[in-house]
Amino acid sequence: MPGEIALVVGAFDPAARLAGFAAEHRDAGAVASFLGQVRCGDDVGCGDDVDDGQALELLHYEPLTLPSMIALGEEAQKRWKLSGLLILHRIGIMCAGEPIVLVACAARHRRPALTAVDFLMDHLKSRVWFWKREKTATGWQWIEPREQDRTDLARWAPAAHS
Amino acid sequence: MEVTLVFLGRLEDAAGGAQRIIAVEPPSCIANIAQSLEPDLCAALLKEDVRFALNGALVQRHCSVSDGDEVAFLPPVSGG
Repeated sequence: MPGEIALVVGAFDPAARLAGFAAEHRDAGAVASFLGQVRCGDDVGCGDDVDDGQALELLHYEPLTLPSMIALGEEAQKRWKLSGLLILHRIGIMCAGEPIVLVACAARHRRPALTAVDFLMDHLKSRVWFWKREKTATGWQWIEPREQDRTDLARWAPAAHS
Repeated sequence: MEVTLVFLGRLEDAAGGAQRIIAVEPPSCIANIAQSLEPDLCAALLKEDVRFALNGALVQRHCSVSDGDEVAFLPPVSGG
């Protein structure tokens, strides 16, 4: 295991998890992180109650999803010299404002930590087996991939050989 | 033989449920199984952007299936 990589059922406290991660990696001069939270507005409304009619559901496929996250973590460890890595991803139903994903990378200096977080997020969005649906006033709707996700992923393609 | 089918993402709606256990005649591949289902569902399952997993490993549509196997149909992931 290249670090702590987990699927999380139910809310988690990103500030506490990040503080714990930083404390575990005192040798690292840099801890970079990304927190994704359920957007209020175009994904779901601002109500904090699923029964109000607004929510986001993240579904996964047990045999593939966590293994694909671990493979991604291993790739990040291979590309950058990281002293630690944390990937927490929610599954299940969540409301606006709740954390969905927390990624953190620790390294001796800032550049590898920042770049590895960026790499992990682009790949979590388009390479890991998650499906999202949103509950709106008209019912549940599946969220389809965006062109931007493909463009973001293309940034990391190995340079073409001439 | 009996095979468990798992429909992920939008395919759950197309199938009317997340999972289905069906009886199939051997020998069968994933494409044969899809073709034995309702025509609309078959079309949704065999769309170009759908991937397949057999017992948790990604495979091609012509991969043969055995008794007790789990076949998952995976549409593109949702992205950000």
